[in-house]
Amino acid sequence: MLLQICEPGQTPEPHQRRRAVGIDLGTTNSLVATLRSGVAETLADLQGRHMLPSVVRYGLDHPLVGHEAKAGAAVDPEDTIISVKRFMGRSFDEVVARFPDAPYRFEATAHGQLALRTLSGVIHPVQVSAEILRVLAQRARDSLGGDLDGVVITVPAYFDDAQRQATKDAAELAGLKVLRLLNEPTAASVAYGLDQGEEGVIAVYDLGGGTFDISILRLSRGVLEVLATGGDSQLGGDDFDQLLASHIGRQLGLDEQRSAMLRRRLLDAACSAKEALSAAEVTTLVVADDAGREHQLSIDRATFDGLIGELVKRTLQVCRRALRDAGIGVDEVREVVMVGGSTRVPLVRSEVGKLFGRPPLTSIDPDRVVAIGAALQAEVLVGNKPDHEMLLLDVIPLSLGIETMGGLVEKIIPRNTTIPVARAQEFTTYKDGQSAMAIHVLQGERELAADCRSLARFELRNIPPLVAGAAHVRVSFQIDADGLLSVTAQEQVTGKQASVVVKPAYGLSEDEVTQMLRASGEHARSDMRLRMLIEQQVEADRVHEALMAALASDGELLSAGERQPLDRALTELMRLRHGDDADAIKRQLALVEDLSATFAARRMDDSIRKALAGRSIEGV
Amino acid sequence: MAVTLTEAAAARVGAFMAKRGHGLGLRLGVKTTGCSGLAYVLEYVDSLNSDDALFEEKGVRIIVDAKSLAYIDGTELDFVREGLNEGFRFNNPNVKGECGCGESFTV
Repeated sequence: MLLQICEPGQTPEPHQRRRAVGIDLGTTNSLVATLRSGVAETLADLQGRHMLPSVVRYGLDHPLVGHEAKAGAAVDPEDTIISVKRFMGRSFDEVVARFPDAPYRFEATAHGQLALRTLSGVIHPVQVSAEILRVLAQRARDSLGGDLDGVVITVPAYFDDAQRQATKDAAELAGLKVLRLLNEPTAASVAYGLDQGEEGVIAVYDLGGGTFDISILRLSRGVLEVLATGGDSQLGGDDFDQLLASHIGRQLGLDEQRSAMLRRRLLDAACSAKEALSAAEVTTLVVADDAGREHQLSIDRATFDGLIGELVKRTLQVCRRALRDAGIGVDEVREVVMVGGSTRVPLVRSEVGKLFGRPPLTSIDPDRVVAIGAALQAEVLVGNKPDHEMLLLDVIPLSLGIETMGGLVEKIIPRNTTIPVARAQEFTTYKDGQSAMAIHVLQGERELAADCRSLARFELRNIPPLVAGAAHVRVSFQIDADGLLSVTAQEQVTGKQASVVVKPAYGLSEDEVTQMLRASGEHARSDMRLRMLIEQQVEADRVHEALMAALASDGELLSAGERQPLDRALTELMRLRHGDDADAIKRQLALVEDLSATFAARRMDDSIRKALAGRSIEGV
Repeated sequence: MAVTLTEAAAARVGAFMAKRGHGLGLRLGVKTTGCSGLAYVLEYVDSLNSDDALFEEKGVRIIVDAKSLAYIDGTELDFVREGLNEGFRFNNPNVKGECGCGESFTV
């Protein structure tokens, strides 16, 4: 047993120290980090490499992971799974539509889930992620000298329930105990200790190799909530390389389209030059053409900045949009956290600094900052810091609710509610003798079920037959700390219940979340009008049905002269109900209520008389 | 009476102290517990106690309380790597038996 240095007075009892790590399960690369002598650091493999390429190659033998697998991409692309994170929690249909150019043999499982046919057989994306996690976990065990007590795994803030569940499933498959899934921007903020700092707004600017993400967080009362996310899944440092490679090709008179090999060499030269220009003002590169002749070119930072200027500007536009979505002014942002290797580019740093009016935080390696934050969180969650009060919560990105009569949505948990959370609401039956209730779980901000995203449907059966509105069904929504939703419906008299854990077949990308939020804003007014109309229509149907039933059984309580105006009013109500004038329906409903007041009163008297028949007054 | 550090331990402690950013030094000590009776204490120090002894060793300030010093006098603190694992080890000449884990011992 090797010892670590502890904080004063916090030396644990022998054998009581728990081993916890944070894992950044990235699209391109993954990392694992832990605390050693109180300092969070990423763990290297035996070759001293910290980053593990998120690549798994399924050959005839056991799967290869990481650097070994990466080489397979060129020779065996179909069996070498790269960037599996894009497929996590997504259905076959969606992946095929979104990634038509992916070199994999996609298959659909019986439930429409995605699978990949490889030399090792049919593989599920969860299994691919599990392989990556296994390698990182083994590295952590070797580094910490024993089994892990728990892990924190980071996920993008825009990951939906299905994608989070898939990530958790992968961890379980790898034999890991997940303490919590943590949003990546939240982890980066934790790494800089911002969760312990002053309250305020934090922007996390994450520019990786292939994707750009901006997250606006707010720290208040110890909770870091995600106010808005935005991004561009097609923009990253790789694009900088492409632009620079094309420029080099033009300058040297080398046609990059001529051969794939030349193109590769140009890209490699561009990538090295880009990295050199992060520190130096000028760099010189050498590229060999296909005939083996070497060409030399010198590039200065101003030229490079000129090439990538437009792309950097695009990220700033996305930042401004995210701020707008969050309802936050640029001057309200207290700190800006830089994540992702491409934030090493000086132009990116200076432009981001200019936009937010303050120098961004860059002291922690931007490739490792997410894993480091996850490790800090894991250390607390596993219980190694008993006096540390870090209760870091996340929020749900979109409202959750159920469909009610007329295709309307009743929101049960509004968006941006911090999780974990449990909320319940009571619903009643709509028809006399109704014995079942369909629960349709929805996600989104719109007023109509059809405009929201369907997460699950289930039925509560064997409701005791009662008159409409008499049976009470309590619908409870529960979201655990990882953002997973379970919905339970319980009939209050018999205690009968039905429930569902939501593992939706379709994932939502951050663009879609943004899109849904924007749509809800744009349609807010027309949605509201439509909701009012539908509410009146549903009410008209209910009143009509109830009155028709009552008239059928007790019609004799009314004279023909009394009955006629009521019948006319009901006919008119049904005519208006099919129109689109909510106010007219409402007025007609009031009229029907007036006209049927006498009838209702007589029915009441009649039923009391019947109930009392044969009993003496004293017995009442 | 004294305790010492190996070069490797001194370098690593120095790096950790720098990253932590504050502190008076490194505390070596023992507490009564564990499967063999005593366990090592290895902690950062933010405040000194009246019975603390101070040693300066390879640029690192080492702090040991009087009671512990009796048990660990002559100890050399080493920093070792075993494969990917790494950490500190007490090479304590006073030890008669260890529990096998290196975390607790008897003298």
